[in-house]
Amino acid sequence: MSTSTQTINLGSLEAIALGQGRCFIVGGEEIAVFRQRDGQLFATQNRCPHKQGPLSEGVAGGGKVICPLHSHKFDLVTGAGSEHGECVKSFRVSAVNGEILLQL
Amino acid sequence: MNTPKQKLVVIGNGMAGARVVEEILKRARDRFEIVMFGAEPYGNYNRILLSNVLNGSQAAADIFMNPLAWYRENGVTLHAGVRATRIDRQRKVVIGAPLKKDALAYAVDAAAVPDAALVEETYDYVIIATGSRPFVPPMEGFGGTGTFLFRTIDDCDQIAEYAKTCKEASVIGGGLLGLEAARGLMTHGVEVTILEAAPQLMIAQLDPESGQMLRDTIENMGIQVMCEKITTKIVREDGRIKRLDLKDGSTLNTDMVVVSAGIRPITEIASVSGLTVNKGIVCDDQMRTSDRNIFAVGECVEHRGKIYGLVDPIWDQAKTLADVITEFNPKAEYLGSKLGTKLKVMGVELASMGETKPSLPEDEVVVYREPSRGVYKKLIVRENKIAGAILLGETDTAGVLMQMFMSNSAVSSRRADLLFGSSTGAPVLSVFDLPDHAQICNCNGVSKGAIKEAIQIGKCHSVSKIGGCTKAGLGCGSCKTLIAQLIEAYAGEVVDDASEHYYVPGVPLEKSQLVAEIRQRGLKSVSAVFRELAGGKECPASKVGLASLLKTLWPGEYDDERDARFINDRVHANIQKDGTFSVVPRIYGGVTSPAELRRIADVAVKYNVPMVKFTGGQRLDLLGVKKDDLPKIWKDLGIPSGHAYTKAFRTCKSCVGTDFCRYGLGDSIKLAQEIEQRFQGIESPHKMKLATAGCPRNCSEAYVKDISAVAIEGGLWEIYIGGAAGGTIRKGDLLLTVKTHDEVLKFMGRFMQYYREHGKYLERTYHFVERVGIEVIRKIVVEDSEGIAARLDADIQKAVDAYVDPWKEAEVPAYPGQFGAPELASVLEVAENNGRFP
Repeated sequence: MSTSTQTINLGSLEAIALGQGRCFIVGGEEIAVFRQRDGQLFATQNRCPHKQGPLSEGVAGGGKVICPLHSHKFDLVTGAGSEHGECVKSFRVSAVNGEILLQL
Repeated sequence: MNTPKQKLVVIGNGMAGARVVEEILKRARDRFEIVMFGAEPYGNYNRILLSNVLNGSQAAADIFMNPLAWYRENGVTLHAGVRATRIDRQRKVVIGAPLKKDALAYAVDAAAVPDAALVEETYDYVIIATGSRPFVPPMEGFGGTGTFLFRTIDDCDQIAEYAKTCKEASVIGGGLLGLEAARGLMTHGVEVTILEAAPQLMIAQLDPESGQMLRDTIENMGIQVMCEKITTKIVREDGRIKRLDLKDGSTLNTDMVVVSAGIRPITEIASVSGLTVNKGIVCDDQMRTSDRNIFAVGECVEHRGKIYGLVDPIWDQAKTLADVITEFNPKAEYLGSKLGTKLKVMGVELASMGETKPSLPEDEVVVYREPSRGVYKKLIVRENKIAGAILLGETDTAGVLMQMFMSNSAVSSRRADLLFGSSTGAPVLSVFDLPDHAQICNCNGVSKGAIKEAIQIGKCHSVSKIGGCTKAGLGCGSCKTLIAQLIEAYAGEVVDDASEHYYVPGVPLEKSQLVAEIRQRGLKSVSAVFRELAGGKECPASKVGLASLLKTLWPGEYDDERDARFINDRVHANIQKDGTFSVVPRIYGGVTSPAELRRIADVAVKYNVPMVKFTGGQRLDLLGVKKDDLPKIWKDLGIPSGHAYTKAFRTCKSCVGTDFCRYGLGDSIKLAQEIEQRFQGIESPHKMKLATAGCPRNCSEAYVKDISAVAIEGGLWEIYIGGAAGGTIRKGDLLLTVKTHDEVLKFMGRFMQYYREHGKYLERTYHFVERVGIEVIRKIVVEDSEGIAARLDADIQKAVDAYVDPWKEAEVPAYPGQFGAPELASVLEVAENNGRFP
């Protein structure tokens, strides 16, 4: 069985400030997209599994994000968290011609 | 990307089964598809509280730990009311049969619904958590009307219902559960008699003397206790129970019988499936049965020849099992448990651990008895360690004793201390003696046990490593001394971790070295620091601290990369638990005006601000503001930012001072306003809260502020530094006494600059002043021993001059989306690309 995936264009890369994250609502789901200073893009679920802090508002860098509420950390590639048993969903995302393409 | 989930079937939905599932979900939420079989038609409930249901002090609904909704929310399929009967290990299938609605869930021959389709579930792994069933001693006539067991919610309901028709009830079994059953029955208006086969009550936990004492207490409550009585026959007349015939020839009239004489593991499913079963289902130290893919946990388990019926050992088993099965810690082992309980029997406090009687000639026995209060304390000491203890009626030191017993630690030579606490009033407890569940870090809820584990297993031998591993000490930090003591106790000595002295974890330099490098290389942005001093490696945990330092070092020139700032400093407001923000306008010296108040009120109404609250710093806080409303609110307020969200100068509180106060010696209001005008927005290693007091009565709490000025007789101002009244309480140290407001401003500013340059990131002034020492600070700041006073004054002046009200960004956002709400993705292009990604 082939699994079909959706690619969604989230618009201009410039909507995200360099080094920061931004929350997009895609089909009712909050997704945080991070634009690292070295050009890499990452996407995860926006809500921290701990107390639902908005990860898109966290400090990010080096492939990690720190939740703004209680500083739980998550790996932006694997979604693995710094706390026992906590992890977030991560998604594939890339920039093509200055636009953000998210794969769901 | 997604590996198919493995399927885990859990047989048994009691406390052990549900707990192990919780532990597994905690470690690896998405690893398994989980299916549970539960013979009872409910979610999981706390069996320990059953007696409360029987005596009516709790409703059945209150003791559910995992109601049915929990299973749904966690994606666990529960076959409630279905009993697993066999594991087909060839086909790797668990087979279950739906039980009749009124079937006794734990009965060997529980009736299945005739002709109902069997439930089959394939598996990769099975966990057996079938628990135990009550043991019924051999007697004639048990079963049928008027006879009960005491094990499930249904049992409670039926006992309570039947008791209404009875005058006399007997409980067979004088152990813990039997006593609980008796207590429950008493509340239903029947005369209760307890029959115990042994010569005393609670033989597993008590010695004869304490058993007798407990018996006296219980009999005083109106319950009859008969020991050394074995029931041979339940005699009925006209279908109703009439009396019990006892082995010694005597009889006892009774209308109903509740049997609570211990438990036996439920092992049938393991036997018929060909697993090794002895008294219980035999498991190794990883909770595996004789089949590698089948685990077991709880009361059905026999581990190293022992069967456990208490919660703590079973919780430990569940943790080990979860560690192993999720591969979270594939080498985890359960090595058995020492048994100790702390409980309340019929309102009587009781703690019992280990042996109840001495067994070796050298055993030292310490006993204290006080029959009038029903207090009995006994200690069995072997090789200076606790081999057993009983505390009845008064259990103050039980926690300490239990800890010493469990950890097998040497005990105080003054045995009385162990039973009554220290006679000198000094705590008997060193950190060493604290029980494992004692919370050390109150901010992050870290127990001593977790810290101990980090020390012993995680090999964390420095305070910062403990913090990295457990989060302990990363909140207010006031528990760091305790953590250091724990490291000393369990690892010998605290390792001085060089990285503890780094200003931020991602740049391997102490603050002074870092400052020198930054100045020398002219680094004005956080990204430049990473590039030049950290090998290009960006460390998110270091960004915020570096940003603060750079802003201090390059007033007006700092390249403010907002991604390096905490969200509060990006949007100049304090993030709240629900993602909204708080807005605190600056109110200089705590003095406002009707016009300002009116504007604040208007804003609160216009933007539906859910809460308006006075802060501790004499200002007003608008709480629950949406991010996209922030710039609008600032514009409407027309008052500068109060910086209530950042590591900077916060406020300067004042008392009424000289204008109205009868006692005022100095104009504290005017001084506070001058201070606040001058230092607003000055960033520092941590927040700075200030105050001025017009006299030493200290109405504005100036003595416990980071920096403060207190007016004294003679037209003088005392300047204090390093005070605290948060998680830590500390009276500030007197820096010096001056005459004029200008002098106050000068020395406050000079100290501030020295703290800005030398304080560690997130080090409050009270730590800084203690670390550096008030004498040293006074020499530098007041006596100018290093010849830097003029430079400090000039630098703080530069910082003052560089102040810009951050709320001016209401007009022009600093970066795209600064105040943006989540963006609704308008789906511009959807491609079905079968997994291929451009």
